Amino acid sequence: MGELLKNYDVWGAIWTTIQLAVLSAIGATVIGTIVAIMRVSPVAVLRGLGTSYVNIFRNTPLTVLLVMSVLGLAFILGLSFSDDFARNAYWWAVAMLSLYHAAFICEALRSGINTVPAGQAEAARSIGLTFSQSLSQVLLPQAFRGAVAPLVSTYIALIKNTTVAAVIGVTDIAGLLQEITENEGAQLGIFFMVAMVFVVLTLPLGVFGTSLSRRLAVKR
Amino acid sequence: MNARRIGAVTAAAAIALGLAACGSSDSGSGSGSSGSASADAPTGKKIKIGTKFDQPGLGLKKGTEMSGFDVDVATYVAKELGSNAGDIEWVQAVSAQRETLLSSGQVDMIVATYSITDKRKEQVSFAGPYFIAGQDLLVRADESAIKGKADLDGKKLCSVKGSTPAQKVKDEIPGVNLQEFATYSECVAGLVSKAVDAVTTDDTILAGFAAQDQFKGKLKVVGQTFSTENYGIGLKKGDTEMCTKVTDAINKMIKDGDWEKAVQKNFGPAGYKPSDQNPPTPAACA
Repeated sequence: MGELLKNYDVWGAIWTTIQLAVLSAIGATVIGTIVAIMRVSPVAVLRGLGTSYVNIFRNTPLTVLLVMSVLGLAFILGLSFSDDFARNAYWWAVAMLSLYHAAFICEALRSGINTVPAGQAEAARSIGLTFSQSLSQVLLPQAFRGAVAPLVSTYIALIKNTTVAAVIGVTDIAGLLQEITENEGAQLGIFFMVAMVFVVLTLPLGVFGTSLSRRLAVKR
Repeated sequence: MNARRIGAVTAAAAIALGLAACGSSDSGSGSGSSGSASADAPTGKKIKIGTKFDQPGLGLKKGTEMSGFDVDVATYVAKELGSNAGDIEWVQAVSAQRETLLSSGQVDMIVATYSITDKRKEQVSFAGPYFIAGQDLLVRADESAIKGKADLDGKKLCSVKGSTPAQKVKDEIPGVNLQEFATYSECVAGLVSKAVDAVTTDDTILAGFAAQDQFKGKLKVVGQTFSTENYGIGLKKGDTEMCTKVTDAINKMIKDGDWEKAVQKNFGPAGYKPSDQNPPTPAACA
């Protein structure tokens, strides 16, 4: 194990995985919230757009999205983040992980919004709040609370899905695993180590999420 | 009443499936190298061989048909071991799973562009080499600026994530701009769309792509190898008896000209000529 740490940039790879996870989680949350708002908005066109977004990104395999981003968008259409292939792949991975998981974040939030009784939205409008005011002051704060559990599941899935970024050449922990396997042969210990990295990353999130959802639960 | 009817339908379906299974295994037996129909007939001595399913010219599965140089070598060796083409069960051997497939006994041997290295010898035994390949470059046919490894500085290169050739260019050419994918097909697609300048890996693999119908005349192998890859047949660690038999089979294949025929058949269309070190002399089994 010590030799492994000496010969390979294990910490660098773990750091890349964490970066991918954090940046994509932020991106997915922002995009997901916007799409969720579109899906509950009173404008039919926006609702339609939001629904199509979710259906397209939730039903396309992440591998296909990633390969398409580099092979199709960057190589054929010239939409590159950077002339350096490694940087380009990294940012496309962040972009596609964000877009993909935004669909799931949106649905988690929408399920949260659905936990708020319709009467509250009606009450908010009837005391004169606008759509955006009732959304930001009344509905979303409660929706986020109700959505904590599904949101945490989505973030855990996102952390594990960062491994797919290796298909476009990002040297995250999964990419490094391929390198080590090529040189040293497949070894159970190395797979176990990689699994442990993900347990360390995701387990606290799950525990935190459970206690958070208990503390934040809306008492009705 | 209903139950009986369902039972009848199920039985009919089962028989149909059984027949279909027979049919497919029959047609599969015709996929070997050059043997006649009688030589392909199953003898009952089953053998499981691991190979690549996605590398044109080496190991390619199209429908139930297997083709490629590795497949031809494996078929010949299997025959020497007493199994005809019809007895072979082809198992996909992805690079990362080769050691596991052997040590767990899921395959009897692996013929899959498997380079003999000291690290791998710690986990598996090798017979061979049966072919000596080398890292080379695949470029577009009109490319004139890339003639070898020395021209790669600052060029856009593509290879498979984590593979030995990818690691080698990263270590030896610091200025190279390397894109990595999961498979070589994606790299070749990038090369054709002019997003990358060259694809690098073993010359055998590159020649296989250059010989594919859709790329004929569009791509060429540079032909300046800068590494030596000794392809061996992977066997379960310590099985010296099997190793000796396989080595004898390789020697026989080289001597009676079938080796040369297989090279011509699989690499000829790409205009690729194996390096002077070929045909190799298999090493003695330890």
